[in-house]
Amino acid sequence: MTDTVDRHSNVDRPGRSRSRRVGEAVAAVALLVPALAIFVAFFFWPLWRLVHYSLYQQNLQGTRERWVGPSQIVETLTGADFRQGLWVNVLFLIMTVPIGVLLGLLLATSANRRLRGIKIFQTIFSSTVASSVAVSAVVFFTLVNDQAGYFKDVSWLALDKPLSALFAVSLSSIWRNLGLTFVIVLAGLQAIPEEIQEASVLDGYSPIRRFLRITVPLLGPTLLFLAVVLTVDAFQAYAQMELLTGGGPGGATETILFKITKLAGPRDFGQGASMSLGLFVLTGLVAAAQFSVLNRRVHYGN
Amino acid sequence: MATETIETSDSIRDRSSGRRGATGRRTTVPHGLRGANLAWYVVLTLLSMVIVFPLWMTLVRAISNPTKVLLAPEPSLLPVDIQWNAFTQAFTEGGLGRPLLFSLLLTVVIVSAQLFTSLIAAYAFAFLEFPFKRLMFGIVVATLLLPVEVTLLTNIKTFQNLGWISPNQDFGGAFGSLTLPFTAAAVGIFLIRQGFLGLPRDLRDAAELDGYGHLKFLFKIAVPVTRPIIASFVLISFLGTYNQYVWPRQAVQNDQYNTIQLTLRAVAGQRLDQLNLPFAAALIASVPVLALLLIFQRQLISGLTAGAVKG
Repeated sequence: MTDTVDRHSNVDRPGRSRSRRVGEAVAAVALLVPALAIFVAFFFWPLWRLVHYSLYQQNLQGTRERWVGPSQIVETLTGADFRQGLWVNVLFLIMTVPIGVLLGLLLATSANRRLRGIKIFQTIFSSTVASSVAVSAVVFFTLVNDQAGYFKDVSWLALDKPLSALFAVSLSSIWRNLGLTFVIVLAGLQAIPEEIQEASVLDGYSPIRRFLRITVPLLGPTLLFLAVVLTVDAFQAYAQMELLTGGGPGGATETILFKITKLAGPRDFGQGASMSLGLFVLTGLVAAAQFSVLNRRVHYGN
Repeated sequence: MATETIETSDSIRDRSSGRRGATGRRTTVPHGLRGANLAWYVVLTLLSMVIVFPLWMTLVRAISNPTKVLLAPEPSLLPVDIQWNAFTQAFTEGGLGRPLLFSLLLTVVIVSAQLFTSLIAAYAFAFLEFPFKRLMFGIVVATLLLPVEVTLLTNIKTFQNLGWISPNQDFGGAFGSLTLPFTAAAVGIFLIRQGFLGLPRDLRDAAELDGYGHLKFLFKIAVPVTRPIIASFVLISFLGTYNQYVWPRQAVQNDQYNTIQLTLRAVAGQRLDQLNLPFAAALIASVPVLALLLIFQRQLISGLTAGAVKG
């Protein structure tokens, strides 16, 4: 998803009258206003308001506000609550992204071959793209819930211990994302020119060597893209925690977003806004990584 | 990139019609083919278990007698005292019908709105010249990088100030706050613009000579020609909207206007001997999107992979 050379640009075309240019500009404004108005009203204006709210404290009714300055942002973002949320997000990321990418690679390489009935397996592997976060959480409720789950006695999935609880939650995310991961890696595999594979066969590469030396490097950009997508997903984790652990035990599965939703009342709004800014910076960093990855991909491709 | 996106979807189609995975195995190891194939079937079946097992357990628990499941000394892989009525009870006792319809309504409205705003904006970016074009496109791309979660609190505040989000919100308030923020989508503008950029440069000039105005050209020529890309966008938009959780969770404060996803919250609060209902509800909630996936698999996949793979 990179900017393309504008093939329809007709700035330099001769014979375009001034009135025509004005007409085109007017039409463009009319066509862009609906989308841009929504973006301004629900993306940029609220972002700016976040800065405002993070600098003020409100009274209990939310009717008046008092300037408290940047200290509120600093105190919130260095406070124990935000640090715990950040830690949970980072752990969750570590638990979901590498396993997710590896499993996707495993599923896609296995299903990328010429076999009778392979379509059935491909459909099964991609099926979880239809699952919502909430559905996947309910599905894993039947497995990991401490009273009703099939694995309720498995200690490394126990919901009453911080790490195992987060791991149990992360399984539901890994499972839900497998469909997307599979679909993306499979498309990546199928974009590898067959001549390259055939040449490596002729060169006497063993299947494993071919996989490690040819397939994985050529898939590199796709896998990086996937890692970024899954990372963004990890920073948005919320529903699976709410349904499976309620954030517990002792806040051990409360992500930053989870904590933000608890700070929506007037009294805490300044802190909630500060945390939202923190989340904005974090996702901004991921987005920057995404951009540099995508730019590298373009050089690869061309 | 525009043309590449199309090529990607085409290449998926080409290969799925028979050329896929011709890694040379067939020509180089004809004798081992049988055994190798069998081994791959075993591997594929085992891997399928990773996906299917959690779903199987959900189905098992939905159709089992919940009390007997709790009393059983060992958790069972098979249904205990099968009773199918959980699926009907989810509607009668769980009241699933209303949220299901409400979710479908919201999804249709949002997807239609997104499609319309994306089409006209994509047309402007692809075919028109105007000042600050790059800047405006930058604004659109920027929203791609800003997850709704970041501005969750302030958007809630906006709607609270409007009186649309409150414990006694009415249908209009719930409907408005659930749809309005999502009536435009940067992904749609981006994808459809790429589709339009893949059209021949002179197509619009020719249409213009024939007296086509902007809208007539857009809906009579550009849209039909880029139908595959538009279909992909509609599908991923439907999927994302129907499956939304975080925003509806905050925006719906009157339980009457729960979306289908929000009703699944019941699993955490339900009495243990009634847990079969939310399990059935989760399966029912998946039916519309699963149906879409099965019917439009190819278009959906090309939408999901656009941008991920350069063809």
